[in-house]
Amino acid sequence: MNNRERIARRAEKEVQDGFFVNLGIGMPTLVANYISDNKQVVLQSENGLLGIGPYPTKDSVDPDLINAGKETVTAIKGASYFSSAESFAMIRGGHIDLAILGAMEVAENGDLANWMIPGKMIKGMGGAMDLVHGAQRVVIIMDHVNRKGEPKILKKCSLPLTGKNVVNRIITDRAVIDVTEEGLKLVEVMEGFTVEDIQNSTEPELIIAEGLK
Amino acid sequence: MKSIHTSFVDAVKDIHDGATIMVGGFGLVGIPENLIKALLETGVKDLTIISNNCGVDDWGLGLLLQNKQVKKMISSYVGENKEFERQVLSGELEVELVPQGSLSEKIRAGGAGIPGFYTPAGVGTPIAEGKETKVFNGKEYLLEEGLVADFSLVRAAKGDKMGNLIYNKTAQNFNPMIATAGKVTIAEVEELYEIGELPPDQIHTPSVYVQRLIVGKQEKRIERLTVSE
Repeated sequence: MNNRERIARRAEKEVQDGFFVNLGIGMPTLVANYISDNKQVVLQSENGLLGIGPYPTKDSVDPDLINAGKETVTAIKGASYFSSAESFAMIRGGHIDLAILGAMEVAENGDLANWMIPGKMIKGMGGAMDLVHGAQRVVIIMDHVNRKGEPKILKKCSLPLTGKNVVNRIITDRAVIDVTEEGLKLVEVMEGFTVEDIQNSTEPELIIAEGLK
Repeated sequence: MKSIHTSFVDAVKDIHDGATIMVGGFGLVGIPENLIKALLETGVKDLTIISNNCGVDDWGLGLLLQNKQVKKMISSYVGENKEFERQVLSGELEVELVPQGSLSEKIRAGGAGIPGFYTPAGVGTPIAEGKETKVFNGKEYLLEEGLVADFSLVRAAKGDKMGNLIYNKTAQNFNPMIATAGKVTIAEVEELYEIGELPPDQIHTPSVYVQRLIVGKQEKRIERLTVSE
């Protein structure tokens, strides 16, 4: 199992039966592949679809039906289509239970940076800034460290923020960490890593959940 | 009765240099393809364009960029376009990035006569710079202003000669709000129906918002063809 798959499979456990969920573009979209058949889950796409289905077969591609990542998709039975304003009313109004998003950096107070690297081309934030405030729960999935091996979980984000104090939980290839009032709390350590490994690759001091060592 | 055009160039010929226009669509889905191409023909310059995206290098609004007809883009995501990047970095093109939910609500508000509203999106980020903030129930919000345009270009699957519009699937996206926020709204429809043929309770955009109609055939290009095995 590669890192992306390991992270996506762990993130699936955040999705509860009956949830309305928005999955971000990229790795978060992969989570859909692992959602258990025992859970009834409705995926929201911010371009105006509630009830994303699987990718279409070659013969059933509809150019008018895409997800927010602009991929051709299908709609499940019971799906609905609506405008972008309605879509974000649904998001901003707190009707979406969970958003799973990627990140470049997360800070110990729950600040998130995932849209812009100054000096490089700016692509735009899309719906991320609205989602982080609207969804009932925001779970970040990402690699624990960047390509240089440096922590991505920091005392303070160095990149421009997507939202302040918006992250509830971080799932990485190494650990699961909750953002709490007291600070970051290490709640799970992935196989092959120790609590010490996690602390060494995380800038802020971690609170260690009972039972972890 | 609404003016029903047969020439796309005629339908857009009074869009003047320096005009602010809104253009419907998300990615390449639901864009008024033929109205955009007509602007390429009229050669109108210095446009400010409000649209969620800016097409791709060789399609949609990307065509107007290539032809240097755009002065400013107001969008939420512009990542699929190399010419866009080149023009921004060289200072030829101005860009204002707006969170997608704020952008759709700014357009909705503009069309609904609401000059501004508060939203949490962007608080504590570069988007908040220079914007008024206010605390409601202990949480901080930003003041975002409504947007209106000189012309709005939308695409619908079905229209009737009154100007009522119905959109298809996710080709709806920004089109309904954009239809409300232009002083003149021009609708490119896939099929035009006689008055009374569309079911009144299925109308997405009521006729009052639409001034001009034209029927066109779209290519409906696909940006990311993704299929299951």
